[in-house]
Amino acid sequence: MKHRLMFTGKKLIRMVLLLLGVSLAAFLLMSASPLDPLQTNVGQAALGTMSQEQIAKLEDYWGVNTPPVERYLGWLGDFIRGDMGTSLLYRQPVSTVIGQRLQSSLWLMAFAWVISGVLGLTLGVIAGARRGKLADKLIRGYCWLISSTPAFWLALVLLVIFSVWLGLFPIGLSVPIGADAASVTLSDRLYHAFLPALTLSITGVANIAMHTREKMADIMESDYVLFAKARGESTRSIVLRHGLRNVALPAITLQFASISEIFGGSVLVEQVFSYPGLGQAAVNAGLGSDLPLLLGITVVSAAIVFGGNLIADLLYGVVDPKIRRGVARK
Amino acid sequence: MRRWNGRKNALFLLCAAAVVLCVVAVAGGLLGGQAMVTDFTRKNLAPCGRFLFGTDWMGRDMLSRTLTGLSLSIRIGLLTAGVSAVIALLLGVASAVCGGWVDGVISWCIDLVMGIPHILLVMLISLAFGKGFVGVVAGVALSHWPSLARVIRGEVLQLRGAVYVRTAEKLGVSRLTIARRHLLPHLLPQFLTGLVLQFPHAILHEASVTFLGFGLSPEQPAIGVILSESMSYLTTGKWWLAVFPGLSLVLVVVLFAAMGEQLRKLLDPASVHL
Repeated sequence: MKHRLMFTGKKLIRMVLLLLGVSLAAFLLMSASPLDPLQTNVGQAALGTMSQEQIAKLEDYWGVNTPPVERYLGWLGDFIRGDMGTSLLYRQPVSTVIGQRLQSSLWLMAFAWVISGVLGLTLGVIAGARRGKLADKLIRGYCWLISSTPAFWLALVLLVIFSVWLGLFPIGLSVPIGADAASVTLSDRLYHAFLPALTLSITGVANIAMHTREKMADIMESDYVLFAKARGESTRSIVLRHGLRNVALPAITLQFASISEIFGGSVLVEQVFSYPGLGQAAVNAGLGSDLPLLLGITVVSAAIVFGGNLIADLLYGVVDPKIRRGVARK
Repeated sequence: MRRWNGRKNALFLLCAAAVVLCVVAVAGGLLGGQAMVTDFTRKNLAPCGRFLFGTDWMGRDMLSRTLTGLSLSIRIGLLTAGVSAVIALLLGVASAVCGGWVDGVISWCIDLVMGIPHILLVMLISLAFGKGFVGVVAGVALSHWPSLARVIRGEVLQLRGAVYVRTAEKLGVSRLTIARRHLLPHLLPQFLTGLVLQFPHAILHEASVTFLGFGLSPEQPAIGVILSESMSYLTTGKWWLAVFPGLSLVLVVVLFAAMGEQLRKLLDPASVHL
């Protein structure tokens, strides 16, 4: 148990260091940007009509005159105390904006994550177990096609088919237009999140299924499966007893590694469906040079990704006793 | 005359895909002028015999616009995939050969880059370079190396531990000769396959980032631009503005992926049976 804690502790320290690196890298990239926040947000024409004091005020607001080192250290100091700064575009604390946005994105991502994980694993196991057969060919073809398809284009096509032609689903947003926040029901939210979540699930399945298939195919070639066949076990029982157990570890890795991809996909899909989630906020922050918000979103999303990796590492120990003992021996 | 076998088949498919992509790239380059022609007498036409992909709200021929965009995508894909593969090779080899703190730093950087959701990273780098062509090329090139670098690092580590490499070392063969005679023949196929398999990702990310508004500027005839412009017209039923350009992009990416797959078959014959 002590070793498990040591292991977790080490991983946590590494994670904190990586997050520090992420925030520094993101900050450096943003402050290296030659784009002038005043030009992008106020516009050339409006700037021309302003007095020097007004421009100086705006420059102060967008942090143009503060030296980058001071700016980063100030941000970091506040961040450690739990203050992520104020979003320049939304004029609200960054933590509030991210909290609100994350709430609506979480619906979407959780749904897509579960569906793509379960479906991907199932399809991958089937394809791997029946390698070279029709089912395998179909699943492989699907994965191949989908992994070559940009998520946002798929979203556009689904939007055209289901919302424009068939009129089954709304064109966008996460709640009905003009509805009072209190009157929005769970079914409203699900109804609005359905198409974006469907897009994310369809694209997410491909990667997981492909990799699971490879692992499953390896397992089917192994000596213990050959021995099981010689004992007269049916394919069904081989898959359930030998296949699933051995595919569990790579499946966990894939499932948690897919968080980053689903987040990336959600940025695109939210843009298409004008779904007010974290991804859309990231795009707005990037286009509007809203440094505190973009920095906050980058750090939060990286924390989610690293957290996923950490959980995967910990789950290995739970699933596989060999790893548990291996860690204890060190 | 020997029998037509799987290897020949793979070679044929590889060449066919390469030829199609070259034709698209060249055709797009030649049609660049025609893609800009506006003619308001023929605006918003649905696909028909003369305009296979239809026309947009300014009467521009969508087929030439799409081909020009694809040509641009292919060129950016080649450039970025090449740059990021070279970065991956250098860092992967350095990490495995130097070991120690160099390995530590490079591995940390790999984890760092992989920790930021990909699209967010491309956005950030593109912003740092001021968006536009330079921004999107830098963004895609500087964010795609980690996974290949990791593969190459693992491969080099494994090779250095191999018995024949250790024997050669003990026999006093110079490091350069070992690298050339023993390491390179193993690394080259991995590298080439990795390089070609970068293309699809590079092209898709270029299109995505442009679509979001962080890439190529709206004047440029990129697929991302075409698709993001089409968003305003979809609800009025102009489906062809989005469907055909996107479908062509999928086709190009599929061709690149097929090339990678066939190349892998040719360079690593054992993998065919997996």
